[in-house]
Amino acid sequence: MKNQSITNNIDWISIIIYALLVILGWLNIYSSSMSSMQDTYEKQLIFIILTIPLILIIVSVDGKFYEKYASIIFGVSLLTLAGLFLFGKTIAGQRCWYAIGSFTIQPSEFAKAATSLALAKYLSDPQINLKEVNRQVQALAIIFLPVLLILPQPDPGSALIYSIFIIVLYREGLPAWYVWTGFITIVLFVLTLLLEPEYVILIGLAVIIIVHFKSRLADRNIILSSILFALISGFVLSVDYVFDNLFKQHHRDRFNILLGKAVDLKGIGYNTNQSEIAIGSGGWFGKGFLEGTQTKGGFVPEQHTDYIFTTVGEEWGFLGSLVVIALFACLLLRIIYLAERQKTKFSRVYGYCVAGILFTHFFVNIAMVAGIFPTIGVPLPFFSYGGSGLWGFTILLFIFIKMDANKVNEW
Amino acid sequence: MRKALLPSLIIIATFLLIMRIFYLQIVDDTLKLQSENNAIKKKFEYPERGYIYDRKGKLLVANQASYDIMVIPRELKNTDTLEFCQLLDLSKEEFIKRIKKAKIYSPRLPSVFLSQLNKSEFAAFQEKIRKYEGFYVQKRSLRDYEVAFGANVFGGITQVNEKLVQKNPYYNSGDLIGRQGVEESYEDILRGVKGVKYIQKDKYNREIGAYKEGKYDTIAVQGEDINLTIDAELQKYGEELMINKRGGIVAIEPATGEILALVTAPSYDPGILVGRQRSKNYTQLYHDSIAKPLYDRGLLAEYPPGSPFKILTGLVALQEGMIDENLTVSCNHGFSYARGRFMRCHCSGGSLQLHRAIYESCNSYFATAYMKTINKYTKPAQAVDIWSNHIKSFGLGQYMGYDLPTGKRGNIPDSKTYKRIYPNGGWRSTTIISNSIGQGEVLMTPIQLANMMATVANEGHYYTPHIIKKIQGREIDEKFTTKHVTTIDKKHFKPMISGLFDVYNLGTARALKVEGIDICGKTGTAENFAKIGGKRIQLKDHSIFVAFAPKDNPKIAIAIMVENGGFGSTIAGPIASLMIEKYLRQKVTRLDLETRILATSLQGEYAKLGGLSEKIKLQLKIADSLLNKRAIPAVRIKTDTSKVKKQVI
Repeated sequence: MKNQSITNNIDWISIIIYALLVILGWLNIYSSSMSSMQDTYEKQLIFIILTIPLILIIVSVDGKFYEKYASIIFGVSLLTLAGLFLFGKTIAGQRCWYAIGSFTIQPSEFAKAATSLALAKYLSDPQINLKEVNRQVQALAIIFLPVLLILPQPDPGSALIYSIFIIVLYREGLPAWYVWTGFITIVLFVLTLLLEPEYVILIGLAVIIIVHFKSRLADRNIILSSILFALISGFVLSVDYVFDNLFKQHHRDRFNILLGKAVDLKGIGYNTNQSEIAIGSGGWFGKGFLEGTQTKGGFVPEQHTDYIFTTVGEEWGFLGSLVVIALFACLLLRIIYLAERQKTKFSRVYGYCVAGILFTHFFVNIAMVAGIFPTIGVPLPFFSYGGSGLWGFTILLFIFIKMDANKVNEW
Repeated sequence: MRKALLPSLIIIATFLLIMRIFYLQIVDDTLKLQSENNAIKKKFEYPERGYIYDRKGKLLVANQASYDIMVIPRELKNTDTLEFCQLLDLSKEEFIKRIKKAKIYSPRLPSVFLSQLNKSEFAAFQEKIRKYEGFYVQKRSLRDYEVAFGANVFGGITQVNEKLVQKNPYYNSGDLIGRQGVEESYEDILRGVKGVKYIQKDKYNREIGAYKEGKYDTIAVQGEDINLTIDAELQKYGEELMINKRGGIVAIEPATGEILALVTAPSYDPGILVGRQRSKNYTQLYHDSIAKPLYDRGLLAEYPPGSPFKILTGLVALQEGMIDENLTVSCNHGFSYARGRFMRCHCSGGSLQLHRAIYESCNSYFATAYMKTINKYTKPAQAVDIWSNHIKSFGLGQYMGYDLPTGKRGNIPDSKTYKRIYPNGGWRSTTIISNSIGQGEVLMTPIQLANMMATVANEGHYYTPHIIKKIQGREIDEKFTTKHVTTIDKKHFKPMISGLFDVYNLGTARALKVEGIDICGKTGTAENFAKIGGKRIQLKDHSIFVAFAPKDNPKIAIAIMVENGGFGSTIAGPIASLMIEKYLRQKVTRLDLETRILATSLQGEYAKLGGLSEKIKLQLKIADSLLNKRAIPAVRIKTDTSKVKKQVI
C-alpha cells in the first residue's frame, strides 16, 4: 500500500532526468576510458548499480526521519570531515579521502547533503527571523563549519560550493545587501586583476558619486558614501596585495590565463587549452561515440572526472552539449518548482539547497571546462567518475524527492 | 523578487554556457585544426617525380633512390660501433656526436642519422641493417640528371619554404618542391599527388593504429612525364659554344613557338645540386653576384637591342606608308637630324634604298624612316602611341606568357614614358630618335628578340613561346596554339626578309655564310657601361645576333647575346650560324670556326667587372668541367630496368 502511494506521488520527471544524466555520464566515461586502458567504466557501472539499493533505502525511510535527525546527521558529517586530519589518505596533494581496501570515500561529497539538512532544520523553526543579526550569524556558522574543515584539506572547489547557501538564505529573508556585497566583491576582484588598481578605485569613485547625487536629497549620506569608498579602495588594494604577495604562483597563473593576461599552452594553461580544443573540435554534431580523437589520444587530463564534459563536446558536438546543458537546466528548475510548492519550510529550504548545490557544480564545472572560469576541482553531478560524488548527489537529490512525495501523502 | 533570484541565475548561467560552447564549437574553427595536429598524424607516401624528356624523346632527367639512415635513440641496443662506423665510413667521434644530437631532438622519435646515401654507399650497410636495432632506412627519391647541361631549363628541387607551407595546404614542412625552370612551372604535373595515411596518436605521440581503419587514407598518384620542346643536342651545343662567355641564346621554331634551346652562360652541371654536396654547391652559385650562374640571361637580361630593332622600325614605317622599297635616303657616314645633332653611321654611304639599308644596317636610313613615322601625326604623343602599339603587337614590352617561371617585360616606350621623362613637354621626333636604332628607351630580352625573328619568319604572326611539348598524352595549354597576328600587313615582310637574307650575302655577316642553307639575319651591338671603383667606364659592346633559317619555310629563329663580345659578327654571329647548321643538319662542317668560338674566352674582359675572386674561379672550374664533359655522350647508358621500361612508354 505504502509503496504504491510512493510510486504514485513521486516526481518521475526528476527521476527520468536523473537517470538520463547518469546513463549519459557513464557512456562518456566509457569512451574516455578507452584511451587510459583503465577499468574506470567498470567501476562506475558498479557504483551506478549500487545507487539502486541506496535510492530504495532513502525512499523507504520514514519521511520524518530526515527532519528529526538532521542535527545528528550534520554532526556525524562534521566528525567525518574532521577525522580526515587524523585518518585521511592523501591523493594528489589533497587529504580528503578515507581508504577502505581498494576503494576510497570522500566525505565532503556527503557533507553537502548534511549541511543542507542542518540549514533547513535551523530555518524551519518559525521563531527564526533572518533580519536579526544574531540569527544571521548562526545561519552563517552552520555554513562555515564544514567550509572551515574542507578548506585546509585543501579542497577549494568543494568549499566554493557552499557560497550558494547565501542565495538560499536570501530566499528565506536574509537582507539583500549580503547578496550585493558578494556580487560587488566578485566584480571588484575580477576588475582589479584585469586593470590597474588605481583605475578600479577611480571607477568605484565615479559610481559612488553618481549614485550619491542621483539619490533623493533625504537619502544622501556623505558619511556612508565616504565609508563605502574607503571600503572599496581598501578591498581593491588588498586584493592587489594578496594576489601579488600572498597567492601562490600557480593560483596567479590560473587567473592570469583565464583573464587572457598570460598565454602558456604547455604549462599551466595546458588543461584549459586541451579541453577547449577537444570541445571546439566537435562542431555541430560531434565526431560520434567513441570517435573523438582528442578523447582517444588522452590529451585532456582528468577527462573522466572533472573534464568529462569535453567528451560530450567532442563526440556529441554542439547538439549533444545542448542536450546535456538543457537536461541540467530542466532538472534545476524542476527542483525549484517542487521546492516552492512544499508545504513545510523544512522541505522547501532543503529543496532550495539541493537546487543551489547542483547549480553551482553544473555551472562552475562546465564554465571551467569551457575556459571561462579558473581551473578548480569541481565534478559535474551524475556525470563525473567517482562513487562518492555519484552517491553524494544521489542522496542529496533523493532525500528531496522523498520529501516531495511525502508532502502529498500528508495532505 | 526573492523567489526569482535562483531561477534567474540558472537561466542566465545556462544561456551563458550555451553561448560559450557555441563559440567554441561553431564560431572558432582554429580549434578544429589544432585538434587534427594534436591527435592524428599524417604519414605521407611520396610518389616518384615525372621524368623529363626532350622533343625527340631523349631522357634528360630521371630519378635516383637515395637513402636516409634513421635512428630512434631509445631503441638502440648493443650496437657494434666499430663495424657500424666502418660500413658507413664514419669516425667514432662522429658517430657519438650524431647519436647525441638525435637524443637531444627526441629519444622516442626517429631522426635522420645520415642523409642522402647513394646506392653504392648504402649497399654494404643494407645487408647488416638487421643487426643494428634502433636504426632503419628511409628511401627518398632524388633527381638523377642524365645530361650535364640545361640547369636553367630544368630548375631544381628544394625543400619547400615555410611561407608556402602556410599558403598552400598541399605542402608540409620538409616536402620537396620544384624551384625555377620547368620543375617549377610544371610542378603540379611532375610531382604527382602524395598519398596520405592517417594515424591515431596518443598524448605521448605514440602511434596507436590507423585512424578509422584507414577510411580516409589515399594512395599516391605518380607524377606524369613531360616532353620538352628543347632539342637536347642543340641545347648542349649552345652551352658548349658559350663556355667562357656570358650571355644568352634562345632558339624558337617559328611555326609553333616551341623553344628549341634556352641557353644562359655561365651555367653549371645540374648534377652538382643533388645529394650530399647540394647545399655547399648551391651556396657558392648563389653568392656569385657577378657571374650570376643562377640568373637566366635568356629570359631575364634586358638590353637595348641595337641594330636588330631596325627591322621593326622599317616594318612600322612601311605599314604607316612613310617609306617604300624605292624611297632613297642619302647617307654621308652619318645623319644630321637636327641643328648640331649628328648620328654616326658605319655603312658604306651614298644614296641607299630599303634593301641596302638593311644589309648594311644604315643608321641614317632608319632614323629618317622613324622621324617620318613620328612626324606623320601632328602630335608626337599620338604618333609614339601608334608606333608603340605596332611594336607591342610583336609581344614586346610585356610579359610574353611563356611557361617558365621567370621573365622581364623589356621596355617599349609610349607617350606616357615621355610624359614622365619630360613633364614639361617639348619632346619631338628628334628627341627620341635613338629608338629608331634600338637604343634610347627600348629594352628587350633575348627571348623577345628570338620571338621577333620568329614573327618576321612567319611574315606577321607568332605563337607564344613555350617549352612544353607533351604531357603524357595530354594536349598542351591552348594559349600556346593560339596565333597572334601583328598589326603589320604580310606584304611588308617580303622586302624586309630579302634584305635580311642579303646580310649573309652582301652585308655584315658575309663571312658566316653556310653553304646550302639560306639564312636571314641581323647583327647588333649594344653599348654598355659599368661603374668600377666609382668611375663610369665604357666596356666592350655586347655582341648581338638574330637570325632565322631557312629563308623559305623557316625551321629555326634564334637570338644570341654575348656580353662584352664586341661586334655582332665576331662572336654572336658565328654562334648563330653554327647553331643553325647544327640544328638543320645535325652536324657542323666548319670545324675551324667551331674551334675558334670554343676557344674564345672573355674572362679577361669580365675580370674588369670584379676582382678575379673565388667566385670567378669557381665559374671557371665549372666551365672546365663542361668542356671536359664534351667527350662524354649526352645520355649515359643505364642498366636500371625500371628506367628502361619508362622510356618505352
